[in-house]
Amino acid sequence: MKEYRTINKIAGPLVFVEKTEPIAYGELVNIILSDGSTKRGQVLDTSDELVVVQIFESTAGIGRDSGVRFTGETIKMPVGKDMLGRILSGGGKPIDGGPEIVPEKRLDITGAAINPYARSNPSDFIQTGISTIDGTNTLVRGQKLPIFSGAGLPHNKVALQIARQAKVPGSTESFAVVFAAMGITKEEANHFMQDFERTGALERAVVFLNLADDPAVERIITPRLALTTAEYLAFELGMHVLVILTDMTNYCEALRQIGAAREEVPGRRGYPGYMYTDLACLYERAGIIKGLKGSVTQIPILTMPGDDITHPIPDLTGYITEGQIVVNRDLHRKGIYPPINVLPSLSRLMNLGIGKGKTREDHKKVSDQMYAGYAEGNDLRGLVAIVGKDALSERDRLLLEFADLFENRFVRQGLDEDRTIEDTLNLGWDLLSTLPVEQLTRIDRDTINKYHPKFRTGAKKE
Amino acid sequence: MEVKTKHAKEQKQGVLKRIAGPVVTAVNLDAHMYDVVKVGKEELMGEVIKIQGDNIIIQVYEDTSGIRPGEPVSNTGLSLAVELGPGLLTSIYDGIQRPLSVLVDKMGNFIERGVTAPGLSHEKKWTFKPLVKSGDKIEAGAILGEVQETNIVHKVMLPPKEKPGVVKTIKSGDYTVDEIICILEDGREYPMIQRWPVRIPRPVKEKMNPTIPLITGQRILDGLFPIAKGGTAAIPGPFGSGKTVTQQQLAKWSDAEIVVYIGCGERGNEMTEVLTEFPHLEDPKTGKPLMERTVLIANTSNMPVAAREASVYTGITIAEYYRDMGYDVSLMADSTSRWAEAMREISSRLEEMPGEEGYPAYLAARLSEFYERAGLVRTLNGARGSVTVIGAVSPPGGDFSEPVTQNTLRIVKVFWALDAKLSQRRHFPAINWLNSYSLYLESLHDYYDKEVSPDWNKIRSWAMEVLQKEAELQEIVQLVGSDALPESEQVTIEVARMIREIFLQQNAYDAVDTFCDMKKQYDLMKAIKLFADLAYSAQIAGVSPTQINTVKAKNELPQIKFIKDYKSDLAKIEKQMDEEFNSLRSAA
Repeated sequence: MKEYRTINKIAGPLVFVEKTEPIAYGELVNIILSDGSTKRGQVLDTSDELVVVQIFESTAGIGRDSGVRFTGETIKMPVGKDMLGRILSGGGKPIDGGPEIVPEKRLDITGAAINPYARSNPSDFIQTGISTIDGTNTLVRGQKLPIFSGAGLPHNKVALQIARQAKVPGSTESFAVVFAAMGITKEEANHFMQDFERTGALERAVVFLNLADDPAVERIITPRLALTTAEYLAFELGMHVLVILTDMTNYCEALRQIGAAREEVPGRRGYPGYMYTDLACLYERAGIIKGLKGSVTQIPILTMPGDDITHPIPDLTGYITEGQIVVNRDLHRKGIYPPINVLPSLSRLMNLGIGKGKTREDHKKVSDQMYAGYAEGNDLRGLVAIVGKDALSERDRLLLEFADLFENRFVRQGLDEDRTIEDTLNLGWDLLSTLPVEQLTRIDRDTINKYHPKFRTGAKKE
Repeated sequence: MEVKTKHAKEQKQGVLKRIAGPVVTAVNLDAHMYDVVKVGKEELMGEVIKIQGDNIIIQVYEDTSGIRPGEPVSNTGLSLAVELGPGLLTSIYDGIQRPLSVLVDKMGNFIERGVTAPGLSHEKKWTFKPLVKSGDKIEAGAILGEVQETNIVHKVMLPPKEKPGVVKTIKSGDYTVDEIICILEDGREYPMIQRWPVRIPRPVKEKMNPTIPLITGQRILDGLFPIAKGGTAAIPGPFGSGKTVTQQQLAKWSDAEIVVYIGCGERGNEMTEVLTEFPHLEDPKTGKPLMERTVLIANTSNMPVAAREASVYTGITIAEYYRDMGYDVSLMADSTSRWAEAMREISSRLEEMPGEEGYPAYLAARLSEFYERAGLVRTLNGARGSVTVIGAVSPPGGDFSEPVTQNTLRIVKVFWALDAKLSQRRHFPAINWLNSYSLYLESLHDYYDKEVSPDWNKIRSWAMEVLQKEAELQEIVQLVGSDALPESEQVTIEVARMIREIFLQQNAYDAVDTFCDMKKQYDLMKAIKLFADLAYSAQIAGVSPTQINTVKAKNELPQIKFIKDYKSDLAKIEKQMDEEFNSLRSAA
């Protein structure tokens, strides 16, 4: 392989190489340092005169005397069944002291778009054991449902609880977890690893770790490696894969860093104009394919800068993903775990995964009624602060109490408390029964007669 | 789509000079703006978007990884065009009219590149029934004959811009789209298929002012903010406010004869939902599967960005083609913001001077050109046809002051403002009744008078007044609580609540409530008005609002929404309402 020593300029993570033979766009590049070590990069722009290479690691040590080798192929990821149980770096190299991965296949990490025609509609209910997810923002197989959080909130605990408890009731199919950490601290990483080890989940997991002190640009490829692995496990080995990506905010920061280094015209708040497309190319790699056994379900986690849901990162994410679970600071301050605020949370695929034969026929109605009641009760809190509780009508007073009950009984649950969907819905009914029956306008009479605690006495549970 | 090279003159091959993502530069190429070119050894499809001296800048519709400088580029000499003819309906295309089902057969479950596929099947035979005979004088746009495409009759037309002529031979029987079915005296020959460049609007005789509403079966739309056939509407809303559900409801239930649905840069699973649902849904008018009147264009967010830019044009050209046959077509674009972002992305790769928020300076012009392709028209053959355009807008952070929303609002006549607050309360459709508007109320006035009821327009204004009044009262309630209001205004609050919960809220997932015809909308509103009238007069007679709230009939009313043959139940409730108020009044 030809080695060039024609580096002309190095700026941030970018290396400009002159006078090369025709180099392919997207090609993988090795930079050979004077001490013999190599660094990897990818071609971002190629022409007769100049090739721009983006380095995935720190550019420390690269100089005009460094050698450049173009490998002639795009970045590929060696994948194999023995990846399960392994811990890899953010660049895909084993860091658990174990042997190299024996590749069964080498796959392009950018991944092609799934033809919408080949997709199968996600419809298998995943029970996470968390009421605010199962009951009101149901997760289904093949969905991408991010957790929107803020700095200092227990989103990692929520993600771990989901990873630990997630199951499709009545199904015994093999599942796996792919965990990709981007720019998280060693402490956080340890927390994840310990939990995986404690619960035995590690055997079924592939872990990619790019820590806070690892090069930021490496974060660009970490989620792509993780998703390539997930697709291999799902679509070639037939497993149901849950992918946890944390923290997407760090990923986007890295994207901005590269954009700035390339002197691109920035979009909102300095993030590149193509961030929507770039994020979509990650998030859209979730789903189910007709005729294949496995599935990829994604739970990306992001911390909203300043808890601002309109910040470009959560905003663009929300437009791509199928809903969002919002972790809320006020609930956290009240000491409620998991502090999930159901009001801005949403699962777009919920209706496909619930109802008769999947969860229970009353699921949607109970969920809608609780939403409506909690939203109204929550609004009334503002009013109470001004006029006091006594000025409220009877109806409003009940709604206000409902909101408190909802937070304390429905939202609040233990770290290891794994509620079945049956428990969650019955709990919902118990709370709704504190309201007058006429106020349950979202639920039809037949359903009320069958499930309302006041009427269901003697009626058998489904 | 399949691109054939123009035979007339042999095109010179160019050479690639630079590749930077979806934008590449070629030299030594004879090219005109918007010519379709084949890039690299794999012959990826691209389009010329800029000419700068010897440098020809091309946007490529497929992934460019692995392409090197020095690879060949050839010009087809044709502009980006779609194939029009029988077989469009029920099809599912990507942004450049490649049928997705054919792509699955050709390259498996993932979208690879370098694969072309014609938009129409060139093997399938269609039964052509002529409507002209030899000796007939025909002009551009003339209907030559018919093909039963699905339950829709496809009219085969002389392409626009053709010179008039006299029919020499017209065939009848089973033909593929490529076989000649009509020969003119001057020797010109025509198959059923025609090609039309997507970026150019198809010509019409004249544009007319819309006077008939597009009935959507959605109460808040038909009842309060109607759109006319041939009109334009925008649905802006933050994520999670139900934009896509609203678009899909419109695609399912609107009384257009043809529906073109463009999923532009949206979610893959959402498109799959449309793909799996539509074939099973029945058209409320014909009872046939909805798919039979639908063309779907799916270019999801992770498919190439240049093809996303083209998808909107592909869709509207197909819509115009059916309009030219004399059909009412409605086109949903979800979402025009993604389209604008595709423009921005390509513009920034071209290193153009950016306008507001990095969008190109021509954003407003492109948007208005697109919406202007809607309209109620007299077609070239004298028929009446229409294209109604409903564009979703996804404003970042739900901020309506951003460029795409603002530029769209300057053009469209109907604005359905989605509101995240409402959707959080599970008030669906989450369309804000205070911010939304329709500029078609005047021109549709006569229609409602004649077709619904002479007092519909009055009742509509009454409902809007109550809702407006409620908004004002709510401000006071927020401060002092509802008990502090005068009694008559407490009744207003209750009536407004009924309008919101009974009339405006509609359950898209309920088999009956998902579609509500104008008659039922009128009856429901009329029942609420009846309650209001009775309640106000009872209040004047001394009945307290608390007592009025005990009227049981009021709580029965919402159930009417979920009953198909509701007439007798409604009459019963109205009777009960009357009786209850009578007894309240006599007790007072």
